[in-house]
Amino acid sequence: MKWETVIGLEVHTQLATQSKIFSGSSTAFGAAPNTQASAVDIALPGVLPVLNRGAVECAIRFGLAVGATLNRVNVFDRKNYFYPDLPKGYQISQLAKPIVEHGTLKIAVDDAEKTIRITRAHLEEDAGKSLHEDFHGMTGIDLNRAGTPLLEIVSEPDMRSSAEAVAYARALHTLVSWIGICDGNMQEGSFRVDANVSVRPVGQKEFGTRREIKNLNSFRFLQQAIDYEIRWQIETLEDGGRIQQATVLFDPDTGATRMMRSKEEAHDYRYFPDPDLLPVKLDESWIEAVRAALPELPAAMQARFQKDYGVSAYDATVLTGSRALAAYFEAAAQKSGQPKLAANWVMGELSAALNKAELDIAASPVSAAQLGALVNRIQDGTLSGKLAKQVFEGLWEGAGEVDAIIEARGLKQMSDSGELEAIVDAVLAANQKSVEEFRAGKDKAFNALVGQVMKASHGRANPAQVNELLKAKLQ
Amino acid sequence: MSLSTDDIKRIARLARIEIDDAQAQATQGQLNTIFGLIAAMQAVNTTGIAPMAHAQEVFQRLREDAVTEADRRDAFQAIAPAVENGLYLVPRVIE
Repeated sequence: MKWETVIGLEVHTQLATQSKIFSGSSTAFGAAPNTQASAVDIALPGVLPVLNRGAVECAIRFGLAVGATLNRVNVFDRKNYFYPDLPKGYQISQLAKPIVEHGTLKIAVDDAEKTIRITRAHLEEDAGKSLHEDFHGMTGIDLNRAGTPLLEIVSEPDMRSSAEAVAYARALHTLVSWIGICDGNMQEGSFRVDANVSVRPVGQKEFGTRREIKNLNSFRFLQQAIDYEIRWQIETLEDGGRIQQATVLFDPDTGATRMMRSKEEAHDYRYFPDPDLLPVKLDESWIEAVRAALPELPAAMQARFQKDYGVSAYDATVLTGSRALAAYFEAAAQKSGQPKLAANWVMGELSAALNKAELDIAASPVSAAQLGALVNRIQDGTLSGKLAKQVFEGLWEGAGEVDAIIEARGLKQMSDSGELEAIVDAVLAANQKSVEEFRAGKDKAFNALVGQVMKASHGRANPAQVNELLKAKLQ
Repeated sequence: MSLSTDDIKRIARLARIEIDDAQAQATQGQLNTIFGLIAAMQAVNTTGIAPMAHAQEVFQRLREDAVTEADRRDAFQAIAPAVENGLYLVPRVIE
């Protein structure tokens, strides 16, 4: 039987505010335990929550960026459950009237575009952290994270493969970082993904029973967990079994998912409107001010890069991976007037060097203007690709500007044909054996001669010219 | 709608309240009276009236995004039953 996968994602993004959603405590990561937990955060009796304007504005910005409906009046609810890192015994969230509804996000997989619908995005507070290490058989509770503002973004079950799910998660990650509402730091838990996965026979209209994989904190784990889950569900069904609705955890060490709780044990959260918080009203003037301050969004920029600079859809997606990267590419493209070549250098040599040095584009030792100048010297024939790489190394080491490095290191491509001819003659004279082999029909011998000439010229000879000259001499 | 004794016991379990059968029966009677009141209200024709989340036409006041709280951990933890390395200690819980 042929199976179809159905995936929907719930993403918790930690909002980049200074203070918590309902108190004036700091949200800075990594403070000593419980030093950023105020009376409101630890739920002392008699305290009241006061909503953070900055958190609401983040949600408005997101809603506008995904073309969603902003609910002019939205309401906070209590989600009730008991756990020691949830001091109030309930989490303040939004159920019936979330701030954001009905948005969309475009993704591209293998150059095919697809629109994923966003059901809703609601504001809520994070819980604290439970530490189960050895505290004499007890659990340690750190409430620094309690009350940190989250925007939970829920998609429709519109994805049909792990590749689409990863593409959506990446596009969302890029977007929330782009519009400055989330720092995107997945190691620190600023962007956490839950995946709802089910399978059904191709052609069946109803969805299969889904299982939810909780708390995936890397794109690689997201892909691995979904792929494992799909295989497991198909095997279970093909062996005559049934899927039971459940919540599962992914274990990166084994690459497998395991059951956390079944539907029977599922929580009954008994939501109701929080009487401590009044409905939130969004003024039109506020929304319009936020809209006016939005930067050009990734999708618009991708379209513009394709149209203005002639780069492919895939390259446009890579180049708009972050605002800093997009700005860098655009500056290099404009400086050089050679956008495609500049794109290749940004995505190739520069990205590789940054990855290797574990540097962000903002910390690149090579500026966009320098890379643009380098591209110019390739375009005008001064540098071959190979020489350009050496100049790039010089730029990376901080050895000066492009032309100065070319001059100082003697990296100019040889343009004097007399000089090249002398080298070719010398190489031919010194490699009679290769010459004879070539004349006897061994093509390999020709490549050996080209190599010798390039070596003798210290890489400065133009390979095309060398080929031409050698051919002429050997005939 | 009226609640069964099983409903009462389930609600008590969700709220982590321990009750015996006699208390459950007493609570059942009290809660069903409340449900009776709700049923009376639900009989009112509300066609065309938008549901409301609060009894008054007032909206949430918003606070500027600024850190205003200082660290008061020592004061808070002075009344905690068990503390270690700045953490509150609770009986071990593993889900």
